Amino acid sequence: MTHILKQPILLLAVLLGISFQSCKPKSTTSAVSGDAAVKAYVPPGKYDEFYNFLSGGFSGQMSVYGLPSGRLFRVIPVFSVDPEKGYGYSEETKPMLNTSHGFIPWDDLHHTELSQTNGEIDGRWIFGNANNTPRVARIDLTTFRTAEIIELPNSAGNHSSPFTTENSEYVVAGTRFSVPVDYVNGDVPINTYKKNFKGTLSFISVSKEGAMDIAFQLLLPGVNFDLSHSGKGPSSGWFFFSCYNSEQANTLLEVNASQRDKDFILAVNWKKAEEYLKAGKGVKQKVRYAHNTYDENTHSAKSEIREEVTVLDAVALKDICYLIPCPKSPHGCDVDPTGEYIVGSGKLAALIPVFAFSKLQKAIADKTYEGEYEGIPVIKYEAALYGEVKKPGLGPLHTEFDGKGNAYTSFFVSSEIVKWNIKDLKVLDRAPTFYSIGHLCIPGGDTRKPNPKYVIGYNKITKDRYLPTGPELSQSAQIYDISGDKMQLINDFPTIGEPHYAQAVAADLLMKNSRKIYKIEENKNPYVSKGEKETKVVREGNKVHVYMTAIRSHFSPDNIEGVTMGDEVYFHVTNLEQDWDVPHGFAVKGAPTAELLIMPGETQTLKWVPEKTGIYPIYCTDFCSALHQEMQGYVRVSPKGSNVPITFSLGTNTAAPEATDKKAAQ
Amino acid sequence: MKKFLLLAGMVSLIYACGGGNKEEKKETPATAESTESAPAAPADEKGIGKFTKVDLGDKLDAGMAQAGKGIFDIKCSACHKLTEEKLVGPGWKNVTQRRKPEWIMNFVTNVDEMLSKDPKAQAQLEICLVRMPNQNLTDDDARHILEFMRMNDGVK
Repeated sequence: MTHILKQPILLLAVLLGISFQSCKPKSTTSAVSGDAAVKAYVPPGKYDEFYNFLSGGFSGQMSVYGLPSGRLFRVIPVFSVDPEKGYGYSEETKPMLNTSHGFIPWDDLHHTELSQTNGEIDGRWIFGNANNTPRVARIDLTTFRTAEIIELPNSAGNHSSPFTTENSEYVVAGTRFSVPVDYVNGDVPINTYKKNFKGTLSFISVSKEGAMDIAFQLLLPGVNFDLSHSGKGPSSGWFFFSCYNSEQANTLLEVNASQRDKDFILAVNWKKAEEYLKAGKGVKQKVRYAHNTYDENTHSAKSEIREEVTVLDAVALKDICYLIPCPKSPHGCDVDPTGEYIVGSGKLAALIPVFAFSKLQKAIADKTYEGEYEGIPVIKYEAALYGEVKKPGLGPLHTEFDGKGNAYTSFFVSSEIVKWNIKDLKVLDRAPTFYSIGHLCIPGGDTRKPNPKYVIGYNKITKDRYLPTGPELSQSAQIYDISGDKMQLINDFPTIGEPHYAQAVAADLLMKNSRKIYKIEENKNPYVSKGEKETKVVREGNKVHVYMTAIRSHFSPDNIEGVTMGDEVYFHVTNLEQDWDVPHGFAVKGAPTAELLIMPGETQTLKWVPEKTGIYPIYCTDFCSALHQEMQGYVRVSPKGSNVPITFSLGTNTAAPEATDKKAAQ
Repeated sequence: MKKFLLLAGMVSLIYACGGGNKEEKKETPATAESTESAPAAPADEKGIGKFTKVDLGDKLDAGMAQAGKGIFDIKCSACHKLTEEKLVGPGWKNVTQRRKPEWIMNFVTNVDEMLSKDPKAQAQLEICLVRMPNQNLTDDDARHILEFMRMNDGVK
């Protein structure tokens, strides 16, 4: 038996040896050359070179991977609740998900954008957009936590977001769905789209400390705004948005919004808009939107509803907006590192138009228009066009840049990444993706200073890439080394949710700032217990506040009595640890919410309304020490009106006298 | 034998295509969990860390001791009693007689290295079985804690 087994293994080993010795890919499944493993291999205990921040799509979150290993480090909860971390369940984090529609536990995060200074990634924050209930989030890159979320009034389907200006003075947000604005009666027939539906572009100002505020909104004709990018260098002060459905269809857009040969790229002179704003040309409109902030000192979020926004009419106020015709239904709208070239990617097109900012400026000066669209000047296509990349592939979606004069464009329909030269518009290389690529990413690939070591493709279809897991598969991402002339596929990794746009940044820039603990001395949560001495249980009417601490490996207190039916119990748990990577978890049997996961020095609160009397165990969910399994306690719940007094203790292990027990049972 | 064959196959595989992979540095173990047998620590009563000489006054510095008590309440009292009784960690009564002041200050500020290398700290871990958390004490915090321990041990 052993003898028979040995043979095939020996054969296999020999075959493997031979097939790898030749190092030549023979089919698409082995379209990986011999040294790919070495290029993608990050040995155990070593760090990756880059952080890769991926939008989570319909998961509503943002995920953090390492490049080139493709290892998942963290999922940052942004727009969706995360019971694993207590996000959206703890009293402290619930306000983050408040909106003008109330608490919303889910959204669809499509794009990520790292903050910039002088057009380069500065490592302060990363922004994410909510596509469903329009919002923009700012994530702090010292804590990798959502620090702020602002809702957008007069908007629906916030898609062309959250792209920033060169110093992150503004983050933009454009409507995918045009709708009647919030400050008019929206109860209108749907087929009055042309008359009643409007698009808006929000310019969200970002302060030096990061605080977001809607500086102004531009009111535009009803079309679908898709993606956008800031100008840079010579095109500083301008922003570019792709738009489709210039047909203004309100039904069967698949057909009706694909009629025209060309849609548009909208060029916005936001410096001009600022002038109008200063001159008082904006109109303050009454709306409602939520603004939520998380305070790292109190470990608590607060939500406020704001009721006013300033709107600039971009049609009536001249010289802010210009339309450039762009074939057909453009998606990507990308500006090269020099700021001179604007690349439109029509997802139904078989060519890539490249516009020149200098030609655009001349066309505006000379009024080389082919007419107007809904009151906005339309520049002659040829007047703004630098040139077209001919026959690059099918269905161009998105372009990033290497800073060496080349562009990399993803092609959804033909499933490939195509490298081409911006100056001569010649295709230089093409690499298949597996399969149907959406966005792609080069570290810093939309900034003035790309770091062109890799391009990563984020694919919509996975099919046969990984072991099958039933009908639902993860999405796939592929990493290509682009340090040479030719793209080389070196790694392939599954992702959470559905990544759309993603960004990457050199690890050095962020890792030095990464926070390790919260200092217990600086904890300003109103319910903090700074030491076990301060732990207690306090009844206030039907509210019972439990001031609790956690340290390896016990809670204080861990025996609590006197809770009665009808009470709302608030467990305020402070983690007394001051060492990196020692969170404690906290869970209550039967709680219809989630656990808490409390970082060192932090206080988090779980609200619990008991459903029936009895004894309820509590325990630590995050393995913390050799005695983690001992980190537990009990809460006793008595009937309403019971005379069991509030008591709490730790370490008092005496048996109750018979009499007391009887008395309590009365 | 089977394993050997597989291994041989894998080796030839790496050999064939892996050029330039031979100088790979040895993996460095994480400091916190380091169990590698370190060279036997010098039989030093002062422990391992930055504190090599601590000057104690003849009398108690009440101000420092009071500051130490504040730190004890927040960061230490969850696991240590002021009596001889062991809770999670050892009771503090007479600790200043059992240990040199330098050892105490090194232990509370450099706990991971001490637990990995210092024989006294390791013996203590065998009894308690919970690694003392690094509570991020500053040098001053450590000195204040030491003075509070002295007060607890009767220094006036």
